[in-house]
Amino acid sequence: MTCSTRGAAEPLLRIEALRTEFPTNAGPVRAVDGLDLTIGSGEILGLVGESGCGKTVTALSVLGLVDRPGRVTGGAIRFGETDLLALPPARMAAIRGERIAMIFQQPRGSLNPVMRIGSQIAEQFIRRRALGRAEAWARAVALLRAVGIPAPESGARAYPHEISGGQAQRVMIAIALALEPQLLIADEPTTALDVTVQAQVLALLRERCRTLGTALMLVTHDLGVVAQLADRVTVMYAGHAVETAPVASLFARPMHPYTQGLLAAIPRPGENRERLAEIPGSVALATQTGCRFAARCAERTRLHLDRCENEMPPLVPRPDGGMVRCWAAQS
Amino acid sequence: MTDETLLEIDGLSAHYAIRSGVFARPSAFVRAVDGVSLRIRRGETLGLVGESGCGKTTLGRTILALRPPTAGSVRFAGQSVFDLKPPALKRLRRDMQIVFQDPYAALDPRRTVGRAVRVPLDVHGIGRPKDRPAMVAALFREVGLEPTLMHRFPHEFSGGQRQRVVIARAIATRPKLLVCDEPVSALDVSIQAQILNLLKDLQAGLRLTTLFISHNLAVVEHMADRVAVMYYGRIVEIADRTTLYRNPRHPYTRALFASIPFPDPRHRRTDPPPPGEPPDPAHLPSGCRFRNRCPLAMDRCARKEPPLASLAPNHDVACWAA
Repeated sequence: MTCSTRGAAEPLLRIEALRTEFPTNAGPVRAVDGLDLTIGSGEILGLVGESGCGKTVTALSVLGLVDRPGRVTGGAIRFGETDLLALPPARMAAIRGERIAMIFQQPRGSLNPVMRIGSQIAEQFIRRRALGRAEAWARAVALLRAVGIPAPESGARAYPHEISGGQAQRVMIAIALALEPQLLIADEPTTALDVTVQAQVLALLRERCRTLGTALMLVTHDLGVVAQLADRVTVMYAGHAVETAPVASLFARPMHPYTQGLLAAIPRPGENRERLAEIPGSVALATQTGCRFAARCAERTRLHLDRCENEMPPLVPRPDGGMVRCWAAQS
Repeated sequence: MTDETLLEIDGLSAHYAIRSGVFARPSAFVRAVDGVSLRIRRGETLGLVGESGCGKTTLGRTILALRPPTAGSVRFAGQSVFDLKPPALKRLRRDMQIVFQDPYAALDPRRTVGRAVRVPLDVHGIGRPKDRPAMVAALFREVGLEPTLMHRFPHEFSGGQRQRVVIARAIATRPKLLVCDEPVSALDVSIQAQILNLLKDLQAGLRLTTLFISHNLAVVEHMADRVAVMYYGRIVEIADRTTLYRNPRHPYTRALFASIPFPDPRHRRTDPPPPGEPPDPAHLPSGCRFRNRCPLAMDRCARKEPPLASLAPNHDVACWAA
C-alpha cells in the first residue's frame, strides 16, 4: 500500500478554500464552500460524501465545466505551476483531455452515439497528436485491447448502443487515458454498473492509472470502493472537507463524528449486528455560522460543546498527517 | 417464526416479448422469470439477490399479481392468487403490499403525504371515515414522522422521509406479506441505516413476512433469514443466511461475493476479479445460463440445465459441479 508521503513534495493538484455558487431566487446556493484538498502525482484520492455534499461540483470546478449560471466565486485551484482559475477558456480547453481528463457515471451518455467507438479514440490522436488516420486507428485498437475489449479490431467498429454498460465504461477509460493525462477525475465511475462488472472496471482503473502514473480523483458515495482503491481519502460534508487521511488510518481511526457515523452506518459482510448505527436528521445547508454537522452530532451533545453552533472549527492535523475539522476531536 | 408456509410459488414464469417490425410481431422473448419455485414461511424474511436484469423485480411484481404470469402458480395462505375474481383479489391486496425503490416516483406529487397514506384505508374501507385522520397520524408516528407533516407535499420531503411515507402507506392495511424492492438503493448511506432499522422494527412489531429484494449483498445479509440468489430468471442457490454467506456453493454466488467492494482497506482484493459479462437476456446460453462465465463449466452444462437440488438441509443449488 502506498502512503501519504507519495505526493509530499509539491502536490499535483492543490485546492484551497474553493467556493462555487449557483444563484437561485432564494439567494446564492454554495454547493462548494471552503473546500481544501490536495492530490499528489500518481496518487489515488477518494473523495467521498453523500448526495448534495458538493463532490461532483468540485470535480467540475477543477475542469472549468461548471454550468452557467453557476460559477467559482472564491479560492484557488493550482495544477502543478498553473493557476487553473486564472486561465482563459481556450487554455483550459487545451488542458482538458491532454493533462486532466474525466469520466462520468453514465458512460453511454458521454459517448457520441453516431460515431464508431474506435473513431472516438482515434479522433484525439488525429486532432492533438497530428497522427494519420491509419496510425490513429491502430493506436485506438491497441488502447481498446489494453482496457479489455474482446476482439478489439472488430470491437473498434462498434457503435455505443451495440456494447454493454461495462464495455462502455471501459471505452470511456480508454478515451480519457489516451493522451496519458497527469490527472483523471472519475465521478461515480461504477455506480451504474452491476457488482461483478464494477469489480472488473475498478481493477482496470487502478491498473491503468498505476501503469501510466496518472493520479486519480475518485469521486464516490461508496466507502467500499474507497477502501479497495484509494491511497488517501477526503470526506466532504455540506460543501467542504471535514476529514482527510491515508485510507488505512481513516478507516481504523476516524476522528470526525460524521466519518465515524458513516463507517458505523454501513452493513458489513460477515458481521451480524441487530441494528445499524444511525446518523439522525439529514444534511443541512451550508449557511450556518458554526460546524455544519453540529445539529446531527452526537459528540457535541455528549461533550456539551457550545462553540460548535457558533464557531466553524478549523482543519487541524491528525497524527497521521491528515486533517480533521472538529472541535470535539481537538478537545 | 413457524414452519407454516405463507407463500408458495410453483414453476412461476413471466416472459416478455420483444416486438419489432411493422406488425410488432414478437421477435424474441426475455424469460425474466423462468420456472421459479419458492416457499416463504410465515414471519420470515426471504432475501432475493441478483444483478440488474436478473428478474428479481419481475418476480416480486408477478407474486403480487401486478403483472400476469406466463406459467405457474402462486398460493398465498393456500389461496391461488391468479385465479381470484376482482373482489377477492382486492381483499387479498390488503394482505400483500409493496415498497418500491424510488420514493420520488412512488408518491403522487399533487397529493399531500397524509392523503397518500390515507388512500389504502379508504380503498379497503378500514376504520370509520371520521377516525381515519387519527389512524393516519398513528401511522406517521409508527414510521418515525411527525403527524404535523401530513399536510405537506412530497417535494417538501427528503428521500429518507419520503421512503418513510411509502412504508407508512404500505403498512396501513396491516398486510401479512411485504415485498420490499430495493427499498434503500436510492438513499444515502446515513439514511439507509435509518430505513433498514425502521423496517426491522416494523417486521418484528407487525410480525410481517417479507420478501426483501436487493442487489446489495451486505444489506440482504443484514435483513434476511434465508437468501435466494437469482440469475437470469432462475434461482441458482437458496439457503439460510449463515450457510449461504459462509459456504456459497454456486459459482455465480461465489463470483458475487468475490466482487463486493469490501469496506475495509485491510481486506484489499489482490486477485483479479471474476471475469465475464452478463449475457444478452434475449439470447441466453443453452443449458446452464451461467456456463459462459463459469470457471467450472463442463460439457454437460451446455446440454442440460441443472435443476435446483438439495445439497444439504436448507441448502439448494442449481449446479452440476456442486
